[in-house]
Amino acid sequence: MSDIKGTENKSTVAKDSDEKRVGVFVCECGVNIGGVVNTKAVAEYIGTLPGVKVTSVNKFTCSDSGQADIQSKIKEYNLNRVVVAACSPKTHEPTFRACIEQMGLNQYFLEFVNIRDHCSWIHMWEKEKATEKAKDLIRMGVERSKLLEPLQASEVPVTDKALVVGAGVAGMQSALDLADMGFQVYLVEKEPSIGGRMARFDKVFPTNDCSICILGPKMVEVARNKNIKIMSYSEVKAVDGYVGNFNVKIEHKPRYLDVTKCTGCAKCSEVCPVEVPYDFNEGFGTRKAIYVPFPQAVPLRAVLDKENCINCKACAKACQSGAINYDMQPSYTDLNVGVIIGAVGFKTYDPEPRHDFGYGLYDNIITAMEFERLLNAAGPTGGHVVRPSDCKEPIRVGFVNCVGSRDKATNIYCSGVCCMYTIKNAQLLKEKRPETDHTIMYMDIRTPFRGYEESYNRSRNLGVKFLRGRPVEVKEDPVTKNIKVRVEDTLAGEIRNLEFDLMVLATGIVPNEGIGQIQQLLKLSKAADGLLMEAHPKLKPVDTTIDGVFLAGCASGPKDIPYAVSQGSACASRATILLKNKKAITEGITAVVNPDVCVGCQVCIPMCPFQAIKMDEKEGRANVVKALCKGCGTCVTACPTGALEQSHFKNAQILAQVKNVFRFQEVAV
Amino acid sequence: MNDSISDGISAEAAAAPKTDGWEPKIVAFCCNWCSYGGADSAGMGRFQQPASARIIRVMCSGRIDPLHVFNAFLEGADAVLVTGCHIGDCHYVNGNDKTKIKYKYLENVAHELGIEKERLQLNWISASEGEKFANFIRDVTEQIKKLGPSPLKPAGVV
Repeated sequence: MSDIKGTENKSTVAKDSDEKRVGVFVCECGVNIGGVVNTKAVAEYIGTLPGVKVTSVNKFTCSDSGQADIQSKIKEYNLNRVVVAACSPKTHEPTFRACIEQMGLNQYFLEFVNIRDHCSWIHMWEKEKATEKAKDLIRMGVERSKLLEPLQASEVPVTDKALVVGAGVAGMQSALDLADMGFQVYLVEKEPSIGGRMARFDKVFPTNDCSICILGPKMVEVARNKNIKIMSYSEVKAVDGYVGNFNVKIEHKPRYLDVTKCTGCAKCSEVCPVEVPYDFNEGFGTRKAIYVPFPQAVPLRAVLDKENCINCKACAKACQSGAINYDMQPSYTDLNVGVIIGAVGFKTYDPEPRHDFGYGLYDNIITAMEFERLLNAAGPTGGHVVRPSDCKEPIRVGFVNCVGSRDKATNIYCSGVCCMYTIKNAQLLKEKRPETDHTIMYMDIRTPFRGYEESYNRSRNLGVKFLRGRPVEVKEDPVTKNIKVRVEDTLAGEIRNLEFDLMVLATGIVPNEGIGQIQQLLKLSKAADGLLMEAHPKLKPVDTTIDGVFLAGCASGPKDIPYAVSQGSACASRATILLKNKKAITEGITAVVNPDVCVGCQVCIPMCPFQAIKMDEKEGRANVVKALCKGCGTCVTACPTGALEQSHFKNAQILAQVKNVFRFQEVAV
Repeated sequence: MNDSISDGISAEAAAAPKTDGWEPKIVAFCCNWCSYGGADSAGMGRFQQPASARIIRVMCSGRIDPLHVFNAFLEGADAVLVTGCHIGDCHYVNGNDKTKIKYKYLENVAHELGIEKERLQLNWISASEGEKFANFIRDVTEQIKKLGPSPLKPAGVV
């Protein structure tokens, strides 16, 4: 580190406590900033600005030595404002706030200037311009810092209860971990049974263990846990409040039967005359209008699908416990919880609308999820894989990877699981019927985790063929209904014409329905791929930008089962920090009313979406309820008299930045 | 947009020496949650863009006051950008809806003052849209380079 300016006579330390003594710490971030911006020149220039008592350049300001440098300079130069010019405040502001607070400075006396993401990284080939821009940005920060005022972050109590939205394997893991730590958990699931997607899989890679055999006991464990309240067939309708104190409205959709009376005996289904495609089996086979979702369902209760019910009342007559109630209405529960874990899951890409590789046009092209149900012993065919056109068992099976993944026309990301489940599916059928012949048409085979490569090798040893290429033409033989594929074998450099009895599309992971609704309810950010965003992709992978809200599983990107389960546990662990401490620190940034200026016009009141501004009728002016104010500042802009100000973002502070975007340059006359 | 005004400025701009390598100065107001994050994402993705924008962070686009915008012009901004979360994605429920309403008036006043429409722009950019942020800055910079410096820019200000 090098001090650029530090020659001031230290004995002249201010007697006037109002004198702003600014220290500026320029970070090189290794070569991330230092390789583009001339940090020395920047520091020299900044050192000439009024009020700047010291400037310092560090290789890594966030490192121990970098922070120690800030702390020693605060002491040495009696600094009362600190400007750090480095990366993004969104990741590093808390670090430096804590750093200056240790030295007895109010944490809001830190001004953070972004000269990496907003400068060196985006002007990599324009070093001079980047250096000039860095000077401007830091000058803006220095002038703003002089106007910063001390604020107090406030503590709020945390209700020691948790809400988990989505009872797939990730959500169930969160709920179990929290419950085992002694916290009350509400587990909300929109489907009639918990279990999520994993309940539908036949066997799971790489070890090929039976999915429901390992999930079933976990589902029962969830149901048995005294600290978990399962709210199946329910949805989150409204969320209000903030970290530690969320008020949530849950809607319980009517099952049209009394769950306390229903025993799950399915006598009602036996007599029901209505048959509809069975969604649990991906539309293969049928279920009745009143049905138990699947044999291992938790809770093991029937549900009446009113849309398809013909109101014959046969089920009511058949039900020995008198559980059926056709007039049931939705009911609601209001919850107060301290934390919310969103594990809202995914759905598989639907190739129907685009007819990807002929799906939807030709009978004998199915998706991998459909194949999964056909493989399953409890599936529509009792575990016999048959082709839809004639219900015959196929011999030649083709698999197409990356359907709805790694494709600019659909989703550009890799779904991460399709290579492995295709390998697994081919293995399973090959093991069941060794006479079958399997060809996997792939772009790249991705087997990154433990046991995956071994599974890949195993399928090769079994005789599964791998062909690197995408089908360019898919046709159906009008007589045999076989699928004829023209595909380039890119490794051999040859065009191949192949014929399959059945073709399976490895459809990718896409955002679940309702992800938008939960995003808006929880005020989360959605990425360009439609999935929810975490607070930091590497260091805060299960946190969100909303304090007290965490994400697990595929809601924040494609994941396999071990990854989703780990995230479930990670959420529980992160949530426990709040639940156990029973308090959370909230930002000190709020709106503030100047009572001498407020005329009580009430223009601000409807501006606040949090009902944080109340009218003090007696005094005839507005009051901000600090616990409710989230500090957006929208009311401030609406205030016609200037009575409202937003702390830390006061007009004067913003205008100081605006003014210092520019500087005077003497024009030669 | 008033052609006669813009033509007048263009002619003036063409005569000035700055066109060679002249970089406009653009004040970009960004909300903490979306567009500021979008600018960060542009950095993380190394989406190169002209060194013209100076970002001022506010918590919500709803905080962006006409006072800030017009001050920026008076101080010398060649363009001012108002940015925030996509409608429906506001971190504070609907602050950006209010921004949208306010912006209409702001735009009208700016137009009446003779500020060309290119110099004041509104855009919704999410925290993941780094490329969009970079493209936006590039587009605006090109438009402003054609127009030349703002007529409101005080003499001697850079």
